[in-house]
Amino acid sequence: MADTHSVIGTKNKKGQTFTDTWKMMNDAPRTPSFFTGSEVIKEALRRASCDVMIAYPITPQSEAAALIGELFAEGYIGDYFRGESEFAVMSQCAGAAFGGARVFTTTAGPGTMRAMENFPMWSGARLPIQMIVTCRGINSPLSIQPDTLEIAYLLNTGMLVWHAETAQDFFDWILKGYMVSEEPDVHLPLALCCDGFFVTHTKDVVNLTPADMCLPPYDPYRSPVPCMDMECPPVRMMRDPFVMKSNYISYATHASWQQEVWAAVERSRKHTIKWINGLIETENTDAEVLIVASGTAVSQGREAIRLLEDEGIRCGLVKIKSLRPWPGEEIREATKNAKHIIVPEFNVTGWLAKEIKATIPNSERVNAGPRVCGGMTMPPEIIVSEIKTLLGMRTMSMAGRGS
Amino acid sequence: MTQYRVLPGPEHFLPPSAASMGICLPDPGEAHINGVIVPEEKAYEEAAKQFLMAKVPTLFPGPLVLWAWNEKAAKKATAIRHLYNTIKECVQPGQTPMLIPMPDYRPKYPKINPEVEINPNHPNLTIWHNKIDCCMFIGVHCHQANLSLKIIRGGTSCYTIAMCAQAGHEDAMLSFRDASVEKIMKLADAVKRLKGTVKPRLTSAKNGA
Repeated sequence: MADTHSVIGTKNKKGQTFTDTWKMMNDAPRTPSFFTGSEVIKEALRRASCDVMIAYPITPQSEAAALIGELFAEGYIGDYFRGESEFAVMSQCAGAAFGGARVFTTTAGPGTMRAMENFPMWSGARLPIQMIVTCRGINSPLSIQPDTLEIAYLLNTGMLVWHAETAQDFFDWILKGYMVSEEPDVHLPLALCCDGFFVTHTKDVVNLTPADMCLPPYDPYRSPVPCMDMECPPVRMMRDPFVMKSNYISYATHASWQQEVWAAVERSRKHTIKWINGLIETENTDAEVLIVASGTAVSQGREAIRLLEDEGIRCGLVKIKSLRPWPGEEIREATKNAKHIIVPEFNVTGWLAKEIKATIPNSERVNAGPRVCGGMTMPPEIIVSEIKTLLGMRTMSMAGRGS
Repeated sequence: MTQYRVLPGPEHFLPPSAASMGICLPDPGEAHINGVIVPEEKAYEEAAKQFLMAKVPTLFPGPLVLWAWNEKAAKKATAIRHLYNTIKECVQPGQTPMLIPMPDYRPKYPKINPEVEINPNHPNLTIWHNKIDCCMFIGVHCHQANLSLKIIRGGTSCYTIAMCAQAGHEDAMLSFRDASVEKIMKLADAVKRLKGTVKPRLTSAKNGA
């Protein structure tokens, strides 16, 4: 039987030392590096002791997928190949995870949608696969530009869903994500999302852990389901499974199975709080006006807060890091003093505002916007304008610029 | 802080998972009783009392301890047999301890034989048939143990105990975590120590119905 702890301090074939993850992430020296988000994904994977990565090209994740191919060529990844489509990739990821491998993949936009059937299957089968989602537009007419609508579809798959603001979040959360995902009481896939291009294709200073340290390997013997047992659910899905029977017991078993997946999402809460230091981050929550956001909308919110401060208007911030598990209690506490809750989003439907409205008392305090989509940027000035309008102050029209 | 408590059922047509009701798993060195975190020592006493009170105290060993796939599994199996024998020695006339395996997780069609096995997809059938009013799962994969524990809580009045090798089970009424040979032996010691001090509920038991 493999024992993860017994390998700590030993070296892998690349000369990296298997290191206690907590020490590696919190105590080891960090080196500031100037990288694109895609390069950061590669650097995180270099340290992730990943067994299998399966790729398929779709903008804006293609660069990261190609860079991880270089890692494979260098010997840092156990196996790497290109699937026939996103659906095939996600099915192949399941196969690798069923077999006891630590698995990684990346996708975006229409790729996420094409592969969607696999995500509840991953959760139901308790497969701790990590999938990077570099969000982009999903609807016709085609757009490859940033848009976070696809996250809304992931929220009810039973996957853990985190939304990174920066490349630094990305680097840390890829590595920490495996620690949460692979806990035996969790053992669920993680969709680690970012806003495509804004994070993947811009350069930023990211503090990297030493390249000669890596995560301890995945220990499949701690899995809450048997590893690759073809006779038993969840692997046994098509031949005489209980789900195909029409009787009360079959239905009740399936219902209990679904509840167990969501129970595992709940159990991830304490591990997520430990590893990413809380499900949310807050600033000045005693202010009457509060911006609540996830992803790069948080960055735009920060800039809006700076502009408002110049005008003497005080505004607080809640950065939502984890969408599943959902930080309901934390958001209720953080927003209890707010008279106006502004939720800027990079999608047309405002799924985050809906989640927040369903969470807090007096939900009329929530201002579902400003929203942009289809690749539009969100100038901080439009957040400022929205807030000033709510406060009954005069504001200039952004639409008139340049005319 | 949740007010929900994990209690013997029958709870509901479809009871919620305890985790969704705010019940959290114990940290190392702890256990939970009815969803309340307690020091592990207290849980040994309570589990032993439940075994000694029950009309049909039953152990459900699962695949992780039924097959000698490594040395640790074989040692655990021996310890479980010791616990079973200890319970048999310590109960009073009229109490009927049982040892029923969960050998695998395949759905059993057309019909399970509830006298010889239990299955995570319909564990209530084995509880009902044998009138089991207290049981302990050990060596069952966590996902399957949780399925079983919740279905049992939903449809029976059986008191459930989990001796989990990982993080524990909030869907059991009492759960240990990080199960080892030493912990199983310690539970057997607690049963022996409490022998004769606990009144069996021979007449009041609903016997899992």
